Amino acid sequence: MQMPETRVLLKHAEDPELRTLAGYKRYDGYGALEKAYRQMEAEEVLKELEDSGLRGRGGAGFSMGKKASFLPRGEMQKYLCCNADESEPGAFKDRELMQRNPHQLIEGIAIAALAADAGHAFIFIRGEYDLQADILDAAVAEAYEAGYLGENILGTRRDLELVVHRGAGAYICGEETALLDALEGKRGNPRLKPPFPAVQGLYGGPTLINNVETLSNVPRIVAHGAEWFRGFGTEQSPGTKVVSVSGCVQRPGNYEVELGVPTRELIYELAGGPGGGREVKAFYPGGSSSPVLTAEEGLDLPYSFEDMAAAGSMLGSGSIIVADDSVSIPHMALRTARFYHHESCGKCTPCREGTNWTVKMLERMVHGEATPMDLDIVASVQENIIGHCLCVLGDSMAMPVGAMVRKFRGEFEQVMAEAGTAVAA
Amino acid sequence: MSPVDGPGVSNPNLPVDPALVEGRVPDRVPEQVPELHEVDCPPDLKEHIETLMGRYPDRKSASIPALWAVQRLYGWCTPEGIRQAAAVMRVTPAYLESVASFYDLLHTEPVGTHKVAVCTNISCWMRGADELLEAFRSAAGGDEDIFVTGFECLGACDIAPMVSIDERYFGPLEAAEAETAIEQLRTGKDVLPEKALEKRPLAGDAGSTGGVPRAGDADA
Repeated sequence: MQMPETRVLLKHAEDPELRTLAGYKRYDGYGALEKAYRQMEAEEVLKELEDSGLRGRGGAGFSMGKKASFLPRGEMQKYLCCNADESEPGAFKDRELMQRNPHQLIEGIAIAALAADAGHAFIFIRGEYDLQADILDAAVAEAYEAGYLGENILGTRRDLELVVHRGAGAYICGEETALLDALEGKRGNPRLKPPFPAVQGLYGGPTLINNVETLSNVPRIVAHGAEWFRGFGTEQSPGTKVVSVSGCVQRPGNYEVELGVPTRELIYELAGGPGGGREVKAFYPGGSSSPVLTAEEGLDLPYSFEDMAAAGSMLGSGSIIVADDSVSIPHMALRTARFYHHESCGKCTPCREGTNWTVKMLERMVHGEATPMDLDIVASVQENIIGHCLCVLGDSMAMPVGAMVRKFRGEFEQVMAEAGTAVAA
Repeated sequence: MSPVDGPGVSNPNLPVDPALVEGRVPDRVPEQVPELHEVDCPPDLKEHIETLMGRYPDRKSASIPALWAVQRLYGWCTPEGIRQAAAVMRVTPAYLESVASFYDLLHTEPVGTHKVAVCTNISCWMRGADELLEAFRSAAGGDEDIFVTGFECLGACDIAPMVSIDERYFGPLEAAEAETAIEQLRTGKDVLPEKALEKRPLAGDAGSTGGVPRAGDADA
């Protein structure tokens, strides 16, 4: 018996017409927007979102409604940014959501902008997603045409401008303050926090920043209510999640499931497991920045924010990368570290230097040029990055690499020994 | 005052350490915001950048889109193109240069007409990305018109190992398909039509390629 998906966000996604306004409206599209703009006060929308318990789907898992409630009230210009800079290795769910159902996102943005009283909204999409940006451009034009965006939405006194802004290739722009700098036309460097974007963000104004999947959940929460949404998932992780499963599995792809389903079923039943007689050795439960879990630690955990946190890792963006028993963990650590080294913006020393030296030491290990003490130095470098930078890019390397050294120390020593380094017993 | 404030100016009789002065005196006037009549900006480009600026509360927000426009027109962010955009945007060329040099997709040096980016990150690496990159490099064989590069995660681990060719995604690929793709690029044909991401069904609906049945969609 195979585990079924629970499609809410990806419902009807097999219909190619869904990406057009007419197709979206066939499935009650923009009904929630009509309800919110015509029948609800901004405070009611906000309360519905808070009550739903919807947690951010971009990585941090913070309550979306609470985040929106942090924006001050008043006459000042407020902004909403949709973070579509999905660049974390292993994550490709936002790409699917934008490509197959762009209007669901636009409707979510329009409703969230009402709740946050924002008059300007932006979708910051990574430059590599050219196809998806084209699809969004077309959908936004349709939404303007139909009066769901622009001035006096649906004849109300509310206005919303929505701009699709293409990035130009930098992982760091997924960090929310770097995203703001990039959107202001600068190099994407993170800012010192506080002040947080909710207080002082884009152009110095209060700014709500949410992930694509988070905002895509908004229309149905408003249409069916917070209680309905809480009927999916667990107490602390309500709702469904589009999970990107990749790496050593036979059917990699996006699968939408209720949060809290057994991780084993996600990997083995939906994604088909490693196949070819191979076994899962370890996996990143939430993208390449989450500490890897061994098969013994992680396969039988429910896939939820709280269970992954309790196991010392995180659900992150909800992206599972599976390594089977043929994958060399030290080489995987090197691949991971190289990514963060390449993407470090260079602003903070622990990250700039720490990612650089981690790559160098891991290269020495696999090339047989390491000294026995390198393994301990690598471990200590990771500890000295965490918590010491403006943003978490450095931590995002330190956590998985640190976990790999800790959990697979024997394999590191074996690789070093085979490559020619005398390792102390 | 110390010689640092103005070597040779405050007291010409004091000895000055050559290390403080050599190579540190600006040899030209700092570059200012160029005037439009100095740059010979194509009218279409000027109009396009002005439209872009109009979309944002602050015109500087248009810097990345403007650089994209320059790159589309000239193939890369040429110094002349950057000066033209700077003149339209009323910023210094150095400002736009600093932005262009930060981002991987904006090129501040000439690249080929066709851009081939092979993802070499974790999931693609596990499924043969290094071999695929090598295959593309050897298929392109030094052709300056085809710019082959390894790239960090492109967000398509479901079709690993994959490649982005002229901003469209293809995968999963066998190393042997690199030759076909490069040949199709050279002859102006559709590249790997069967492997385009756009045509792929959802993983759970893949049917013959191994999809799983779905018991029931959520009511909503």
